[in-house]
Amino acid sequence: MSDSYENDGKAHEQYITEVLAQYPEKFAKRRKKHLAVAKAVEAVSDAPVGEEGPLLTECDVKSNIKSIPGVMTIRGCAYAGSKGVVWGPVKDMVHISHGPVGCGQYSWSQRRNYYVGTTGIDAFGTMQITSDFQEKDIVFGGDKKLDKVIDEIEQMFPLNGGISVQSECPIGLIGDDIEAVSRRKGKEIGKTIVPVRCEGFRGVSQSLGHHIANDAIRDWVLDKSAEAEWEAGPYDVNIVGDYNIGGDAWASRRLLEEMGLRICGNWSGDATLAEMERAPKAKLNLIHCYRSMNYICRHMEEKYGIPWMEYNFFGPSQIAASLRKIAKHFGPEIEAKAEEVIAKYKPLVDSILEKFGPRLKGKKVMLYVGGLRPRHVMTAYEDLGMEIAGTGYEFGHNDDYQRTGHYAKPGTLIYDDVTGYELEKFVEKIRPDLVGSGIKEKYPVQKMGIPFRQMHSWDYSGPYHGYDGFAIFARDMDLAINNPVWALFDAPWTDGGELLAAAE
Amino acid sequence: MPQSAEKILDHGPLFREPEYQEMFARKKACDGAASIDATALQGEYTKGWEYREKNFAREALVINPAKACQPLGAVFAAAGFEKTMSFVHGSQGCAAYFRSHLSRHFKEPCTAVSSSMTEDAAVFGGLNNMVDGLANCYALYQPKMITVSTTCMAEVIGDDLHGFIGTAKAKGSVPEDFDVPFAHTPSFVGSHIDGYDNSIKGILEHFWKDNAAVAGSSETINIVPGFDGFCVGNNRELARILGLMGVSYTFIGDAADQFDTPSDGEYRMYDGGTTIDELKAAKGAKATIALQHWNSRKTLDYAANVGQETASFHYPLGIRATDELLMKISSLSGKAIPEALRLERGRLVDAMADSQAYLHGKRYAIFGDPDFVQAMARFILETGGEPVHCLSTNGGKEWAENMRKLFDSSPFGKDCKAHEHKDLWHLRSLLFTEPVDFVIGNSHGKYLERDTGTPLIRLTFPIFDRHHHHRFPVIGYQGGLRVLTTILDKLFDKLDAETNIAGDTDISFDLTR
Repeated sequence: MSDSYENDGKAHEQYITEVLAQYPEKFAKRRKKHLAVAKAVEAVSDAPVGEEGPLLTECDVKSNIKSIPGVMTIRGCAYAGSKGVVWGPVKDMVHISHGPVGCGQYSWSQRRNYYVGTTGIDAFGTMQITSDFQEKDIVFGGDKKLDKVIDEIEQMFPLNGGISVQSECPIGLIGDDIEAVSRRKGKEIGKTIVPVRCEGFRGVSQSLGHHIANDAIRDWVLDKSAEAEWEAGPYDVNIVGDYNIGGDAWASRRLLEEMGLRICGNWSGDATLAEMERAPKAKLNLIHCYRSMNYICRHMEEKYGIPWMEYNFFGPSQIAASLRKIAKHFGPEIEAKAEEVIAKYKPLVDSILEKFGPRLKGKKVMLYVGGLRPRHVMTAYEDLGMEIAGTGYEFGHNDDYQRTGHYAKPGTLIYDDVTGYELEKFVEKIRPDLVGSGIKEKYPVQKMGIPFRQMHSWDYSGPYHGYDGFAIFARDMDLAINNPVWALFDAPWTDGGELLAAAE
Repeated sequence: MPQSAEKILDHGPLFREPEYQEMFARKKACDGAASIDATALQGEYTKGWEYREKNFAREALVINPAKACQPLGAVFAAAGFEKTMSFVHGSQGCAAYFRSHLSRHFKEPCTAVSSSMTEDAAVFGGLNNMVDGLANCYALYQPKMITVSTTCMAEVIGDDLHGFIGTAKAKGSVPEDFDVPFAHTPSFVGSHIDGYDNSIKGILEHFWKDNAAVAGSSETINIVPGFDGFCVGNNRELARILGLMGVSYTFIGDAADQFDTPSDGEYRMYDGGTTIDELKAAKGAKATIALQHWNSRKTLDYAANVGQETASFHYPLGIRATDELLMKISSLSGKAIPEALRLERGRLVDAMADSQAYLHGKRYAIFGDPDFVQAMARFILETGGEPVHCLSTNGGKEWAENMRKLFDSSPFGKDCKAHEHKDLWHLRSLLFTEPVDFVIGNSHGKYLERDTGTPLIRLTFPIFDRHHHHRFPVIGYQGGLRVLTTILDKLFDKLDAETNIAGDTDISFDLTR
């Protein structure tokens, strides 16, 4: 394991100065607050030990602030946070992209939230359902149309477990009362209809969309929990904030079941509405994506007294630490089983490290993703002997950066809401061996000759969670970095040397 | 334990392992979803005529539409001009979606900035976002031109682009003489093809309005390609044809290089595209022709207004459509169609004749943008096939009438029907109740292929789940050859799949077909 390295903080400071020089003064000042180099804490032994272990560095940047106009921010919007992340994966509900056609079209089947079900019959995950606003809906309001859309959904998809209304920009601007329509129609059809005010202009990024989506669960779903059919057991847990991208939640669920826990529900990958309704009957909430769903965990703790803990199923060292932490909550019997699980998978982990470690050792990685991965995958790379040179969040908050300090090594370049321009320059200067970010960043980085993996969608691979996922993760990083194509970028006749006669 | 370092299973095989299958069963038993019986019953029901009638009676609900929104078209259009940055005025999520959508299709970088409007802009308007945004965009990305388009947010609050850009210039965001053409592209009107049209028209207006050039003073022909996911292969193919003919031409937007930059260690943010000088000179052109009619109606009206001759086509794919394009270009330019092209034509006809026995009488469903569907249906008719269900979400009444005329022109069009403003859930009902042999469309059709068992042939935008199709042309005679081969490959694969079970169906597992 490569946990004692340090990055070249001085050079990183220099790169920050260089990119800022390109901005108009006012915006250089604003962007400066979002860029930093992780500073070592005085002495690690005296550092505060948080939930995530000892603090290694301070990653002190401003975050969750409006993007500056006119740049290529990589961020999305509140709709993306609600429909795209939290609500969309609830498989037995029909999620209406309420407004013009685009938002639903672009987010259609793009997040790879795997589920088991018959699409269009009892599951609706990979469908794009929209009220397709026209000019007259903007002028006269869309409430009547929404009413009709709900009736037609019932006709087309009678087995749906419920409906959600995901508001696009115009809904809030024209003052539609989607709550009233949802309440009335819900009574009429006898199903849960959840209005979600996740218009894209709200907040500064996807992040507010997550929060709004959580509030909608609180206000429109959990109040039904008393009626939920579920015989509570002593080891019931909810998986919270795992969207089952490429099957992540399944790889996680298996481990939790193996250690003797029972899963009440999974929020929200492969989830049904019934699973969400019964959530308050669980004994513990286990949260993976802290950023997107901590709100509802806090609420459930306050209202139902359910404790919650964050865990990390990326890479063997964090998986083991998390299994132990979770087991501790349930006592010796589960703890013993957790140890069995860890021992069972040790040979698999060892063989993966043996196979891929030598091929990946010392390779430098830069990350730029969304809400939890900029810190949670760091140790998975380090398990493989790789080093993290830079990391940052699209929509992280102050507490995310504080937590990052438990993972980031001194000198790591930290960039919040990084613009396309900045990221490109940082990548050019650092020239890491691998960049992990999203589709918009993939191709510019690859053109530079630098291997890349999409760390939102796992580049159509996955799962990356759990031990099964770690095998795939390790294999994918290897196949990205060690592919022969990266050596073919320079035409041999362009280096000024004599032409070689290759033919015999 | 299913996973091992020697044999790492991907998600597909991994989840078919017993450990996962057992877990799925445990989950199914308690997840509160519909029962297996109810699901099977409803599944059957959706295949019938009764469901189809209900489905076609929908008035408000749209399920799996085959269209996107206007500003996507504007971002695509901007990619066709030299060193041009696309500026999307509105909420920032939209720009992220447009960039992702185009990147997923082309497997290429796609640039666009956003003015990142939030709640305060919703109340006070987006003027400050425009002023600051243009300044930042200009400073960071050093474009030669910035094209502005709007999202539904900016449109609903009624932002005045012309005024805002003027104010931004007055405040020094960009130099006074810097080119900032703009277009209103509300997402709740039309679709991405209208956004393309509005944007191209906005750019032409910007460069032609106070331009002394007289239409017809040059021999050049302007070509407006339209929103085309195959622009990389198609534009280059057309350029080759025009080169063979010796015609002087200007593409009004050529995104071929922008969406096909080489990998040689350098990331080019900008590549290729029509230059500002070419755009200015284009006013003096003899004619403006559009390769896609429904994509270019406003643009062509404007070109006609400045005195140019205009003509439009429906995506010149196949024999007759290519003939018409070449003949029109020949008559406009006075240049003869060279022998080389006549021979190319003959080779495509030759290929069609070689394969005609397999294609004759095959039934198809075709969906996509109106020009594509029209073009594809026409080519299918040329092969002796029947384009039975022709469906377009963003094609209207006029398009459907056009299609009717096309069907009437061929004995193979007898039972064919155009479905305007319909979506892929409608098509699902059509495929169940009146089955066809193949579906031709984009990647979204894979859900239809799964549900109905009708093989999907991917020939239009967007193609997310196959690589590199856009690098090859589908227009012109060469493109026709590729379309033909693509259809035939699918057809033969299907034949083989149906006859490849040893000792059972393999009697006609023929070596030569």
